[in-house]
Amino acid sequence: MATTTDALKSTASSGAFSLSSVTAALKDGGFAGLVTLGLSFPIVALRAEQDMSNQLILQQRWSWSLIAAAAVFAVRFLVVLVRGRPRTVAAGIPIPAPPRPAVAPSRASVLFTRYIGALGILVLFAFPLVILKVLGPAGSLKWINNYGVQILIYVMLGWGLNIVVGLAGLLDLGYVAFYAVGAYSYALLSTTLGLSFWLCLPLAGLLAALWGVLLGFPVLRLRGDYLAIVTLAFGEIIRIILINWTDLTNGYAGISGIPRATLFGVPFTDTPNGFAATAQALLGHWFHHIRYQSIQRTIFLFYLILCLALLTNFVTMRLRRMPMGRAWEALREDEIACRSLGINTTTTKLTAFALGAMFAGFAGSFFSVRQGFVSPESFTFIESATILAIVVLGGMGSQLGVAFAALVMIGGTEILRELEWTKQIFGSDFDPAQYRMLIFGFGMVVMMIWRPRGIVSTREPSIFLKEKKAVSGSLVREGHG
Amino acid sequence: MRWQSDPLLVVEHLTMRFGGLVAVNDLSFSAGRGDITALIGPNGAGKTTVFNCVTGFYKPTEGRLSLARQGKAAAADIEALTKTGKRHALTPSGDLYLLERMPDHQISWHARVARTFQNIRLFQGMTVLENLLVAQHNPLMIASGFTVLGLVGIGGYRAREREAIEKAKFWLDRIGLIPRADDPAGELPYGAQRRLEIARAMCTDPVLLCLDEPAAGLNPRESSDLNELLRTIRADHATSVLLIEHDMSVVMEISDHIVVLDYGLKISDGTPDEVRNDQKVIAAYLGVADEEVEQIEAEIGA
Ligand SMILES: Nc1ncnc2c1ncn2[C@@H]1O[C@H](COP(=O)(O)OP(=O)(O)OP(=O)(O)O)[C@@H](O)[C@H]1O
Ligand SMILES: [Mg+2]
Repeated sequence: MATTTDALKSTASSGAFSLSSVTAALKDGGFAGLVTLGLSFPIVALRAEQDMSNQLILQQRWSWSLIAAAAVFAVRFLVVLVRGRPRTVAAGIPIPAPPRPAVAPSRASVLFTRYIGALGILVLFAFPLVILKVLGPAGSLKWINNYGVQILIYVMLGWGLNIVVGLAGLLDLGYVAFYAVGAYSYALLSTTLGLSFWLCLPLAGLLAALWGVLLGFPVLRLRGDYLAIVTLAFGEIIRIILINWTDLTNGYAGISGIPRATLFGVPFTDTPNGFAATAQALLGHWFHHIRYQSIQRTIFLFYLILCLALLTNFVTMRLRRMPMGRAWEALREDEIACRSLGINTTTTKLTAFALGAMFAGFAGSFFSVRQGFVSPESFTFIESATILAIVVLGGMGSQLGVAFAALVMIGGTEILRELEWTKQIFGSDFDPAQYRMLIFGFGMVVMMIWRPRGIVSTREPSIFLKEKKAVSGSLVREGHG
Repeated sequence: MRWQSDPLLVVEHLTMRFGGLVAVNDLSFSAGRGDITALIGPNGAGKTTVFNCVTGFYKPTEGRLSLARQGKAAAADIEALTKTGKRHALTPSGDLYLLERMPDHQISWHARVARTFQNIRLFQGMTVLENLLVAQHNPLMIASGFTVLGLVGIGGYRAREREAIEKAKFWLDRIGLIPRADDPAGELPYGAQRRLEIARAMCTDPVLLCLDEPAAGLNPRESSDLNELLRTIRADHATSVLLIEHDMSVVMEISDHIVVLDYGLKISDGTPDEVRNDQKVIAAYLGVADEEVEQIEAEIGA
């Protein structure tokens, strides 16, 4: 305690740093440096590398470890000296911060949130056409495909998982399993039975929802960490089945030659019955020279995933204002109270699981129609983690926040792939995309310090009598999982 | 004595064990239709446990809890229902439920028993109005065609929701929270949260309302407002009240019938006047053996 009060005093008397504040900073910095040393020596100081004869050679890089520790010490020392000690006592018991009054959001921010959604949708609909006009077919492919379609898939998955995690408060670490079920449903139904994409899409959603219910049943009684572990295991089980049931799924090799999507029967090919030719025949009167270009299919896929994502959003927004959605949120707030009000928490949880899974199933079948190829590689735990990170980062329960987080996380990955200039600094074998996880980890830590409740940290009430007031995030529970 | 002539809830030989601990021991009492029945007793006497059994949160180790929703059930009807192994029977006098066989949410929805909690359980991050709408979940769910019809906009969901809002407004008006309808429940002062929890329970249209220490932590003015609220609930809404309360001024003033528990056993049962003068009750509250009561009474000048 003594050092805390000293440090507080020192910050109060701004100006020259007192001796006690310097010793406090030294102590704090020294501690952080030691921790860094301890953590870094197994991973930085000792490194095993294979030599020519495939033998592991232990390399020692103690200087790296020391440099890291010194750097951490210096930064920590300066931070503590300038800002004073953080308000935690040595035992790790945080001193409660003075209660901050729940700030009512300003009028401008209310207007912003009301119209940003509509504006975003308009921009998204215009996006591929504008890009095509500006950059031409070759230059725009990257933007529409790598950025547009890829980000929208994750927006949709984030919105789907938001039902389970953000609204119902059930922590699901195996969400990618339903994405996989959707992807394999379309892959298998189309390659073996020859069903069309438009028929498979609802089927894939239904199958995924069925699996959602199947998963939901055993985990109904579980809470918190236990729920998380079981859903994590479920995600892995599905992936391992996909790997090992080679008769059906072709194992690691995956399923290829999945039929491409058609626009209600019109394929995107350079044939007389293809999209370009059909459009020429129908619209030739107004537009001349509609010729086949492969970008047409990409643009079609862009609009397809945009519509699917908007459907997810529309359904979720509408459900939030219905008894079912309110019951989900009530479940997140207090399950016991729900039961005392006659809400069947079993069916309420199952519907959340099923609906979340259904949208993952839709997204999954879109994934396989876009790639034309699926394999278990695409459905690893890291995908679940990414989608969950999007939901948490966006602010649990907030549609806008989730969309924004997907933009940052997935867009960020794509940008990292393109930082060619870093090769000139760090050498030609430097691959910035490899640092993705490091950067995200760092970003997450910063976010959780700066905005622990995510980008959009307020909850929008589902109904109001006189005036819609956003609920401060500090009141909203995170659910029991 | 209405609890004998027209009982709403009849508790017979209720026993609840937690491992070796007998929290409620062979308890029998009944709560009269239209009465305010108080359940009192020292800390740890097993009052909350009785509530948890009545509302289905605990499954009693032994005992029968029968609730006759519309009118007094004949003993023969109760026996017949017990033998069938079913939860519900339609008797000549109306619906009869055996609560010990029903899960909690069905007790609320079908048998119409609502409750509040000793430590308030509001949906803190939802607004006051939302809290009251969640309480009307089941009728709204039916009106929305189990979400399917409501989602596509068919059927009378909108109209039903407006009705639900009207009902919420009625209760908000009753508890004086109309101006705060759009505020999160967690931001309300403590007394208002207690009242909101009662209003939320009332929005489920209960025949029996179980209140677990509703006056705990209230100041005298709020406490007398609460008495007023409970009286109007009984008078205007055909709702009987089962009340756990430590505040004797509240208990003696508003209850028609008092049941006293001590260490899980019933030690007294009667009108407020009878219970007030019961030696055993005084002994339990003062924590002395029966023989010493007179001596102590003399000392404190009671
Ligand atoms: N779930 C449980 N598991 C084990 N013991 C329990 C459980 N619930 C209650 N008990 C025990 O049963 C006894 C009665 O508890 P109960 O909460 O019913 O008392 P109470 O009369 O409501 O007391 P208070 O006035 O303090 O609220 C206590 O000894 C308590 O520890
Ligand atoms: Mg109690």
